[in-house]
Amino acid sequence: MASQEILREEPSRGSFVNDPRIRSLFFQTLVVVLLFGSIWWIVQNVIDNLQRLHIASGFGFLKGRAGFDISDTPIAYTSDSTYGRAIVVGLINTIIVAVAGIITATIIGFIIGIGRLSQNWLIQKICTVYVEIFRNIPPLLVIFFWYSGVLAVLPAPRDSYHLPFGSFLNQRGFYFPRPVWGDGSWLILVALVVGIAMSWFVARRARQRQMATGQQFPVFWTSAALIVGLPLLAYVLSGFPLSFDLPKQSTFNLTGGFQVKPEFLSLYLALSCYTAAFIAEIVRAGIRGVSKGQTEAAAALGLRSGSILRLVVVPQAMRIVIPPLTSQYLNLTKNSSLAIAIGYPDLTATAGTVLNQTGQAVEGVLIMMIAYLILSLVTSAVMNVVNARMALVER
Amino acid sequence: MKHIAIGILGAATLGLMASAASAGTLDTVKAKGFIQCGVSTGLAGFSAPDDKGDWQGIDADFCRAVAAAVFGDGTKVKFTPLSAKERFTALQSGEVDILSRNTTWTINRDTALGLNFIGTTYYDGQGFMINAKKLPGVNSALQLSGAAVCVQSGTTTELNLADYFKANKMEYNPVVFEKLEEVNAAYDAGRCDVYTTDQSGLYGIRLTLGSPADHVVLPEIISKEPLGPAVRQGDDQWYHIVKWTYFALLDAEELGITKANVDEMKNSASPEIKRVLGQEADTKIGTDLGVSNDWVVNIVKATGNYGEMFDRNVGSGSPLKIARGINALWTKGGLQYAPPIR
Repeated sequence: MASQEILREEPSRGSFVNDPRIRSLFFQTLVVVLLFGSIWWIVQNVIDNLQRLHIASGFGFLKGRAGFDISDTPIAYTSDSTYGRAIVVGLINTIIVAVAGIITATIIGFIIGIGRLSQNWLIQKICTVYVEIFRNIPPLLVIFFWYSGVLAVLPAPRDSYHLPFGSFLNQRGFYFPRPVWGDGSWLILVALVVGIAMSWFVARRARQRQMATGQQFPVFWTSAALIVGLPLLAYVLSGFPLSFDLPKQSTFNLTGGFQVKPEFLSLYLALSCYTAAFIAEIVRAGIRGVSKGQTEAAAALGLRSGSILRLVVVPQAMRIVIPPLTSQYLNLTKNSSLAIAIGYPDLTATAGTVLNQTGQAVEGVLIMMIAYLILSLVTSAVMNVVNARMALVER
Repeated sequence: MKHIAIGILGAATLGLMASAASAGTLDTVKAKGFIQCGVSTGLAGFSAPDDKGDWQGIDADFCRAVAAAVFGDGTKVKFTPLSAKERFTALQSGEVDILSRNTTWTINRDTALGLNFIGTTYYDGQGFMINAKKLPGVNSALQLSGAAVCVQSGTTTELNLADYFKANKMEYNPVVFEKLEEVNAAYDAGRCDVYTTDQSGLYGIRLTLGSPADHVVLPEIISKEPLGPAVRQGDDQWYHIVKWTYFALLDAEELGITKANVDEMKNSASPEIKRVLGQEADTKIGTDLGVSNDWVVNIVKATGNYGEMFDRNVGSGSPLKIARGINALWTKGGLQYAPPIR
């Protein structure tokens, strides 16, 4: 006992310099001072140099008239709008392509990943070839492949491919009829919302009943009937308020309808295909990570192979899959900045144009960095919530 | 992507440059032994690499002229190809010493961007080009409503285009790329109906298309595009050297001094020619500028006078065959006019 107490007391009795607490305090303070000092020095230098070079600075330029047009404008934008709005348009375009890409990449990735574990030789090999091709090509080349290799060789607007339902495909993009909502069409929307709510309710009740009695209920077909049937009924009852604006040939282009431009299409397809290859490998690793005994035990209980996958293997695999999946989602979002190579007006492209038209390089780059940082943090936060829900609940 | 890199680099350079240390550009250039010249990524007649990889064109030659004035040797230039978006950051951050890249002189660039344009080496205007084979009925820009228009981002072209279509109450569909080659490829592939840029550029680009004869440049000119070299603000000596190199090229043409006769001209009877060529006794014109007294001789030996530069790169001696037009000397009805060297 006594010797221990002596040991504990010893350091503070040594010289002031050797006291570990004071030393750690000293070095921590030193690091903080150095860090903030150098940040302050850099910021101060930027301000000094900008003034010395007579370059205007500050964020006031965001209120100026942009003067240039953007090809894809999800929100109202003309050349009379402000620079700030131009950057917002770019940000929304980035979010659109990222969200669409993440959804598609996840679907393709899961199909290919499960396919690689298939007993069917052909399916397994096709999935392996897919993964090996797209995983080993840089994403920029995949984008060029879709843009120059697939979409640019489509026919000119005058010789468009006519597709079913009044849609067209040519080198200017994919055109399809745009729904025009007439009077009373709000009823359809309400019916759709009611249908979805009722399906959710039915699914909940069915699960409770199965838990209590073991009896099953055809949830899928009931939900499908509700979600499709109710809006259809509303459509008929409100007197067919929905009409379509069909794409038509004009001097230069097809006008009317809804146009999906080749820049968006190729970026979206390329990002989806590219990221799907990585997701497929993550899914495969996740499924492989579930012990074989689980499958065998489920089979011993009499479950069919589809049910084993859906109820036993995938839920456990998801715990392994979600953390690396988050990284892939972040990669996809950041890779969307390659859009600049094919002229899709994403955040990098529009903020870059603003940067150039105003000459505000420091501010422009700062805005871009903060915007991507926020996008990534939001994605991570959402995935962390999903991960927490999927995590093993210990009882 | 690359412009971001340059943007960050520029931001970082601005941040890390020691604020006090700012030696004059002339000293820096002399110390490193060459001039770093920002040019385009490839525009025939202005700045484009030839089959040997040497940069050719009126903009590239202008940098050679400055190198000749500073070093007496027109080859002491290194070229940095810059996209429209990268160009100003590259000049601001000191990555290039001169921006000689078919850049339009505007008030915003002179004031808010911290640049100094030294003059107009080429008077241009924005035009439109279409594929006449695909669009047989179109012979005026006012018929272009509804067209898809290919344009390079971050240019005055992009702004003029928006203004022109708005003023004439026409619709259009912008197809915007960062690099000139990407715009060319998209137009050639038929992604857009119309190509718009400076008219001189359209003639140059037409030559590089699959079948040049199919394409016509529409008659309308929708803007003033005075193209000229620019330097950074805050260094008057360097600004004067670059500006007077341009004036020397014009004065040499006006006085009939050419690459071929410059050595004979040194012994000319005309006091003005002798003064310009630094043959006056005890002359201090060159040394006051910060270069040697035979700087004009060196310039003309390296690149010829302005007229020779024009003919060789964009005029009758080039595939572009652009007429001198408003780029002729003031004595021949054009706009090119230089103050006297005295």
